[in-house]
Amino acid sequence: MSGLLVIAEQRRGELRPVSLELIGAAQSLRRNGDSVAVALLAPSPGALIDPLKLAGVDEIVTVKVAAPEFDPDTFESAISALIAERKPDVVLVAHSVDSFGFAAALAAKLGLGFATDVFKVERQDGELVATRGGYGQKVNVEVDFPGRATVLLAIRGNVFKPPEQKGSPRITEFSAPPVSSRSSGREFVELAAADDVDMAAAEFILTIGRGIGEEAKIAQFKELADAIGATLGCSRPIADAGWLPKSRQVGQSGKTASACKLYIAMGVSGAIQHLAGMKHVATIVAVNSDAEASIFGVAKYGIVGDIFEIAEELRQCF
Amino acid sequence: MKILVAIKQVAALDEDFEIRDDGRDVNEDFLIRDLNEWDDFSLEEAVKIKEASAEPVEVVAVTVGSDTADEALRKCLAKGADRAIRVWDESVLGSDPIAIARILAAVARAESADLVFAGVQSSDHSFASTGIATAAFLAWPHAAVVSALNFSPGAKSALLRRELEGGLLHEVEIQCPAVLTIQLGINTPRYASLRSIKQAAAKPIEVKSPADLALSAADIGEAGSHSRVRRMYIPDKGQAELIPGDAVQQAQRLAQIIREFKGDAA
Repeated sequence: MSGLLVIAEQRRGELRPVSLELIGAAQSLRRNGDSVAVALLAPSPGALIDPLKLAGVDEIVTVKVAAPEFDPDTFESAISALIAERKPDVVLVAHSVDSFGFAAALAAKLGLGFATDVFKVERQDGELVATRGGYGQKVNVEVDFPGRATVLLAIRGNVFKPPEQKGSPRITEFSAPPVSSRSSGREFVELAAADDVDMAAAEFILTIGRGIGEEAKIAQFKELADAIGATLGCSRPIADAGWLPKSRQVGQSGKTASACKLYIAMGVSGAIQHLAGMKHVATIVAVNSDAEASIFGVAKYGIVGDIFEIAEELRQCF
Repeated sequence: MKILVAIKQVAALDEDFEIRDDGRDVNEDFLIRDLNEWDDFSLEEAVKIKEASAEPVEVVAVTVGSDTADEALRKCLAKGADRAIRVWDESVLGSDPIAIARILAAVARAESADLVFAGVQSSDHSFASTGIATAAFLAWPHAAVVSALNFSPGAKSALLRRELEGGLLHEVEIQCPAVLTIQLGINTPRYASLRSIKQAAAKPIEVKSPADLALSAADIGEAGSHSRVRRMYIPDKGQAELIPGDAVQQAQRLAQIIREFKGDAA
């Protein structure tokens, strides 16, 4: 059997939305006669599969596993067995923290073609070609997988759109082989909120990044944020340095700024994880002295200039 | 015990770079090299374990690369690594992260390492693959994106936190030996003193070939890789509308954007 196998993700009893994007990516690769199967590994997978019943999904494979949450040994063993049974041409996973923990190991063990952080995938003359970024996203890199019967791709989030139409796939069960896992998940911990800011609710965020250079400059931007009515956020290096609490960090690993509509980024070069976490914002304004900064690639408006000078002048306007 | 820290000398691009004639990489004259940011944190984590330990701990930095990577290894020696190993010969050219992982696993075996650290990813190509693929070749337990670690040399397990998306952490207990990929911010990497930089310059870098590690041509290079670069190209730039004028004019336009948004939001 050939076709596409999508590995959906769940966490704490909720399907992760990126799972639906993977189904969208699978549609773009599907050829006549290809089947699309979506597998969900969970202690009670059946309870979570409703959102996966989308147009173009032929089958939902429920895989009951003992581990309540993601666990590398559990995933590698179950997905290996699935691949051995179904021999898909292409396996799609999300380029997520969970897949960081198992995808490369699976590819290494099973001899799968492998690429991560893929944002474009197509067939060129029948050959599977994946595109990812290189050199800090300054170039695009096309890769192929000569001689590999099965290719595992980790797909970047917020790129592919889930199918809009519902479908009625058949539901099957797959019994995963028993596994004795060498790690065990304990509790989840929310990032400590050192102040009472709620980044998730903020509609207007002013974020500062590495470009501010020194801790002493934080006060100036705090005051500016207050004056213009924005919530002050920061990129990872500022929080890691302890200049602002972790609760103010935005981007993929920081707080999800889900309500944000206007985002002013000052001195943020735009590491890929930061951009991935802010892509949904309608209006991004980037202020940076480096005209080549990646953030200008996603911003709606750009100001190439000195952030301190712009900050001072902006303060005068309010 | 011995902690192996896999490091990479990454390459950033010069402002005006050129793609190589064969179209498959950037012309190396335009590369600015440095130690991968993540690796600074994994090295520090290993050195911290060593310094806190009652029993002797050896920290060994290893990289796969040509002699341009010596500079990155010297940085590690200056910041507390006891030894530095570099694996290279022409047969390594064309290796993807999985082929590199095969080499790193062979080094871990040759060194009888008890723990392997790698960065979550490298800042140049962001594969986020090498460390975890290394674990597969060693058949060791592994955890990715570790942002807190509690481990005492000799212990049979470690307690760690994985940094998930959206400000969530997951606490995990893992059996050792293990491969851990280390996230930014897990610690505060030290600066090397002038004295230690001087001492590091005098320390040897042990250079090995893949053959020294009993690896064959099929294990490495393009033959041992699970992907192949077809072409690299410069993408169309995103279209940020640049706000023209001097700082005063730019700030005024920005103020206008803010007011319009507030008007909309009200």
